[in-house]
Amino acid sequence: MQRISHFIPLLCALALAVLGPMLSPYMSDLVVKVMILSIFALSLELLVGMTGLVSLGHAAFYGIGAYATVLGSGKDGGSIAVLLPLAMGSAAAYALVVGALSLRTRGVYFIMVTLAFAQMAFFVFHDTALGGGSDGIYMYIRPVLGALDMENRRVQFYFVLAALAGTYGFLALIRRSRFGAALAGIRVNEQRMRAAGFPVYGYKLAAFVIAGALAGLAGFLVASRDGVVNPELLAWHNSGEVLLMIILGGLGHLRGAVIGAVAFTLLKELLSTHAIVGPLADHWQLTLGLAIIAFVALLPKGIIGIASRISPKGAA
Amino acid sequence: MSTLLAVDTLTRRFGGLVAVNAVTLDLRRGEVHAVIGTNGAGKSTLINMLSGEISASDGRISLDGEDITQRAQFRRALAGVGRSYQRTTIFPEFTVLENCRLAAQAATPRPWAIWQSSKQCATSNAAARESLAAAGLDAVADRIAGTLSHGAKRQLEVAMCLATNPRVLLLDEPLAGMGAEETERMLGLLANLKASHAILLVEHDMDAVFRIADRITVMVNGTVIATGDPASIRTNPEVRTAYLGEDH
Repeated sequence: MQRISHFIPLLCALALAVLGPMLSPYMSDLVVKVMILSIFALSLELLVGMTGLVSLGHAAFYGIGAYATVLGSGKDGGSIAVLLPLAMGSAAAYALVVGALSLRTRGVYFIMVTLAFAQMAFFVFHDTALGGGSDGIYMYIRPVLGALDMENRRVQFYFVLAALAGTYGFLALIRRSRFGAALAGIRVNEQRMRAAGFPVYGYKLAAFVIAGALAGLAGFLVASRDGVVNPELLAWHNSGEVLLMIILGGLGHLRGAVIGAVAFTLLKELLSTHAIVGPLADHWQLTLGLAIIAFVALLPKGIIGIASRISPKGAA
Repeated sequence: MSTLLAVDTLTRRFGGLVAVNAVTLDLRRGEVHAVIGTNGAGKSTLINMLSGEISASDGRISLDGEDITQRAQFRRALAGVGRSYQRTTIFPEFTVLENCRLAAQAATPRPWAIWQSSKQCATSNAAARESLAAAGLDAVADRIAGTLSHGAKRQLEVAMCLATNPRVLLLDEPLAGMGAEETERMLGLLANLKASHAILLVEHDMDAVFRIADRITVMVNGTVIATGDPASIRTNPEVRTAYLGEDH
């Protein structure tokens, strides 16, 4: 059982790769959106689920990655080979600054400081001409690299799928490595880790920067998909939503982050569709909120917790 | 016997309170040096300063002749200063083996080598197995640490400290809450360890202290009032009035 369960993420990726061309444009677009959010959620899972650092400012890195992509591409468009590292690098650089300062605090103070830094970034884009102010800014031509043209929906789909698979694989490797074991140790008992001889601050900062870079990757993808960015990408409720996703899916599991992103997006889609919920669709924020409260109350370990309820050994 | 850890007029002030006042002592390899004193005498503060958890207000700590007073806690740990805590400080959700393996990995962390599995790290697995055997925990290696009995958790606390391969052991009340049998086992372990380690033992169990200690330092209100072998401490009049009481 355990062995089979290891292959589920791989099977899901293969299924998506095969099904991709058969999806309707609407479905394909929805799947791409969910995959990008999954990368964003996975990047936060590295912080919250694996290291025990609850950040409420993660959208800043997502937004910075997206803005860097658009600002870096200019009138003639830009190369993926330039824009992708630029997006991830900018997000990582801001994460290095935010992490270096915020990781000196803990608990609720850490939450407040990460939120404050994210708001700062939000207002820089919102209130200055740097990124077109509150209206945001358009990208004239989507990023290209040889045959990989993000204007092409098919290419977009497979590029995002590959990025998701890569992110998932990378984080799965981290989890089983000594670095990951140390992060888990820091989550459970920081004091003991220090006493054993681990430079705890350095480990947390490394996790913070990697998480920022991966959020920047998600930002690059969302900018390449939409061809437009606006300050809402960095808004605090975006940070809150991604946190909700990983809690909804189940903290402490990579697949929990993906399941959470899927569930959250579908729930939002469902509750805001007139054809399904009728006039209630106009109040989807209310119904979504109630649905999430119900989920969290009924499934304290997230959706992934259902699996471990059925078979005690559960999924990884 | 060579001095491994030398403490010179070490002082810690918390605001107006002097928790540790100009304490001078040394730890030698092959020796158990017990520090006794009433609650609030500054014993735990002393250990916290030696391990680097809190900084010293004044004074000097040197390890094997090298000044480590300003060094961060993790650097001291890597240099060979291991400690256990009065309040059990383990990873309750990991197995006993994982607890020790993680502690052992501090020495060879290689965090960038993410393609290597933590579980299959031969060096740290060997160190973990060895420390579990020394602490008498090999039978429960695969148990979840949080499910162990109190005594076994205390043993794990010491085993995790051993897994980091320290030269100096700072043990903060390792016998607290232990039954008679567990106490015997722990004392046996300390007697074995002292040949190759310098041990500082803070302990309230006076029978155990007088049995195992080679030297005893008595602290009252942050100040050392006497240091000597158990026999001289037992008969020291100042110690008798200040701490041991007439019935000892």
